Amino acid sequence: MIRRHTLGGTSYVFEGLVDLMAKATPTRSGDQLAGCAAESDAERVAAAWALADEPLATFLDEVVVPYESDEITRLIIDSHDTAAFAPVAHLTVGGLRDWLLETAARPDSAATLAAVSPGLTPEMVAAVSKLMRNQDLIAVAAAMRVTTGFRTTIGLPGRIATRLQPNHPTDDPAGIAAATLDGLLMGSGDAVVGINPASDSPQATARLLHLLDDVRQRFDIPMQSCVLSHVTTTVDLIEQGVPVDLVFQSIAGTEGANTSFGVTVAMLREANEAGRSLGRGSVGDNVMYLETGQGSALSAGAHLGVGGRPVDQQTLETRSYGLARALDPLLINTVVGFIGPEYLYDGKQIVRAGLEDHFCGKLLGLPMGVDVCYTNHAEADSDDMDTLVTLLGVAGAAFVIAVPGADDVMLGYQSLSFHDALYVRQVLGLRPAPEFEAWLDRMGMVDEQGRVVPAELAGSPLLSLTGPA
Amino acid sequence: MSGDLETDPWTALRRTTQARIGLGRVGSALPTTRALEFAAAHAAARDAVHEPLELDPFLTEVGGVGLGAPVHVRSRAGSRGEYLRRPDLGRQPDDLGGLAAGDHDLAIVLADGLSPRALADHGVGMLEALVQAFDGRYRLAPPVVATQARVALGDHVGEALGVTTVVVVIGERPGLSVADSLGLYLTHEPRPGRSDADRNCISNIHPPGGLDYATAARTAAALVAGSRELGASGVRLKDQGGLELEV
Repeated sequence: MIRRHTLGGTSYVFEGLVDLMAKATPTRSGDQLAGCAAESDAERVAAAWALADEPLATFLDEVVVPYESDEITRLIIDSHDTAAFAPVAHLTVGGLRDWLLETAARPDSAATLAAVSPGLTPEMVAAVSKLMRNQDLIAVAAAMRVTTGFRTTIGLPGRIATRLQPNHPTDDPAGIAAATLDGLLMGSGDAVVGINPASDSPQATARLLHLLDDVRQRFDIPMQSCVLSHVTTTVDLIEQGVPVDLVFQSIAGTEGANTSFGVTVAMLREANEAGRSLGRGSVGDNVMYLETGQGSALSAGAHLGVGGRPVDQQTLETRSYGLARALDPLLINTVVGFIGPEYLYDGKQIVRAGLEDHFCGKLLGLPMGVDVCYTNHAEADSDDMDTLVTLLGVAGAAFVIAVPGADDVMLGYQSLSFHDALYVRQVLGLRPAPEFEAWLDRMGMVDEQGRVVPAELAGSPLLSLTGPA
Repeated sequence: MSGDLETDPWTALRRTTQARIGLGRVGSALPTTRALEFAAAHAAARDAVHEPLELDPFLTEVGGVGLGAPVHVRSRAGSRGEYLRRPDLGRQPDDLGGLAAGDHDLAIVLADGLSPRALADHGVGMLEALVQAFDGRYRLAPPVVATQARVALGDHVGEALGVTTVVVVIGERPGLSVADSLGLYLTHEPRPGRSDADRNCISNIHPPGGLDYATAARTAAALVAGSRELGASGVRLKDQGGLELEV
């Protein structure tokens, strides 16, 4: 259905919901590359205005990616919770923005938002985010609570966890152990100690899983480990009795993009069951770890929706959260600046996308974290990362990713450093996950406020982590 | 952290990884020296991306290799900003009028890619090594120097020159530790529409820290010979030949 809006004497025409959503999206290079972005600032606002008038119920009738050809659309539509939707069913997209901000300002906001969450589809959430300023995205996200658990509890108020990412270009166990030690001494690793392997071979993955599990047991650390291999590799290792805590997979918002990742909804559901069957969690049984990122569908050439039109990358990203919530993950993060300037050009676009992804994921009921990161060919630097991590701390992000000195020597990009995680905890008074904080306390590594105290490596019992067991 | 190198346990651990471990703390932050080291590495990487190739001296140097006068081809990306935003334009030539099909088997394209500095530092050395490794087995087209270029621009060049094999030598995305690394991509029967699966790649060429020219050139020569025998490059060649490309 065609939408029109007149602004400043100019009449703008939008060829259906896909076009309207794309044109209403704040500027980003990926939508320009896909050819779906607004052609002027005025057209963008006209689209936002028209989108604000769109009834939420439209999104249940008019899909952006065809139901017949896309299993993510089928999952979203078939699992929609009509009862949860009822309190907002009469609203428009603009009305939902107002409702969210009013609700966020009330004392019972967390319970009210959690109750409505299953009634919202990813497309509704993406649409409303396009009408929201950064401040709005932060205010509503900060009012929500999503908690999950395995050996630590993720998402509690007043806390922010970290993924310790001790990557090494050749998966060298000694190098990975050294980076793990560095992170633990800086109080990192309460979300997960997660390695991106250089090799996807099952043997290499198993070796690294044993390494991390040995560290956990030797030092009695309440933590979960993960080697981010393909989900099929991990499921095979579960069957072989290798100690698998979390089951990882990258996911995207269209069936085509997930096909390019070699996964289907059914495979992911089975992997979730396989992970849970091990019963290795102590405080919860969320076992999935998922990563996403705006632009992944476009880079796989699987970004077209109804009428063969390109769907904007932020809407597609939010659809991946529709898949994620069917998997009850322990952790999910957007890898926001990793994909490069052709998708998110500069610090402004990366910051905006990070806040959008965090808000959308959290509103859809996910324990949302962010890999606050950039590449050397993006117009971004440490200052932009400082801005984003501070805003995410205020917005109540479940976790961030940290690597030694912000320099990932395996993936060749810059994430946050262990120092950056300490900074955001310090300035916002945030603490690590409670089980992990208790361990740090037993090790004499935190003060009474839960702040990690500087540690001398030479005197630390963790030093033997890098030696033989 | 303790400053004494003899007793600092981080010294031994640093031998196991290039990762920036044991940096020390001032409060929650990095000590000044460490913060400046990081800033310097990032600055070098950014400059490598953004500083353009000095074309005239480079063309002169390439001309001195003895393959004939080099031809310059621009992509359709008009500026560095457009190049970074629009990889599709970097894959398309602006004008191939300077290229003429001839009796050539193989063309070498020297492309700036994401690190013009890598091409300036290593491009001519790599070209000379390739000529030596091919050892007169192929009729080589005059070299092409491509700017604001992505790998797939070589497909257009190869087709216009009518060659069976195109080798694209291109500046790789700078990392924090290495800003001048070259990659080498081989495509058999190049033509527009070829995908990454149709190519073979040798990366991390940046002596003395990375792969040296002669080793990269020997691997490239083996790949060229293999692709011409198989009639294909890419995944099929890698599977078939069992060539060890990791270095």
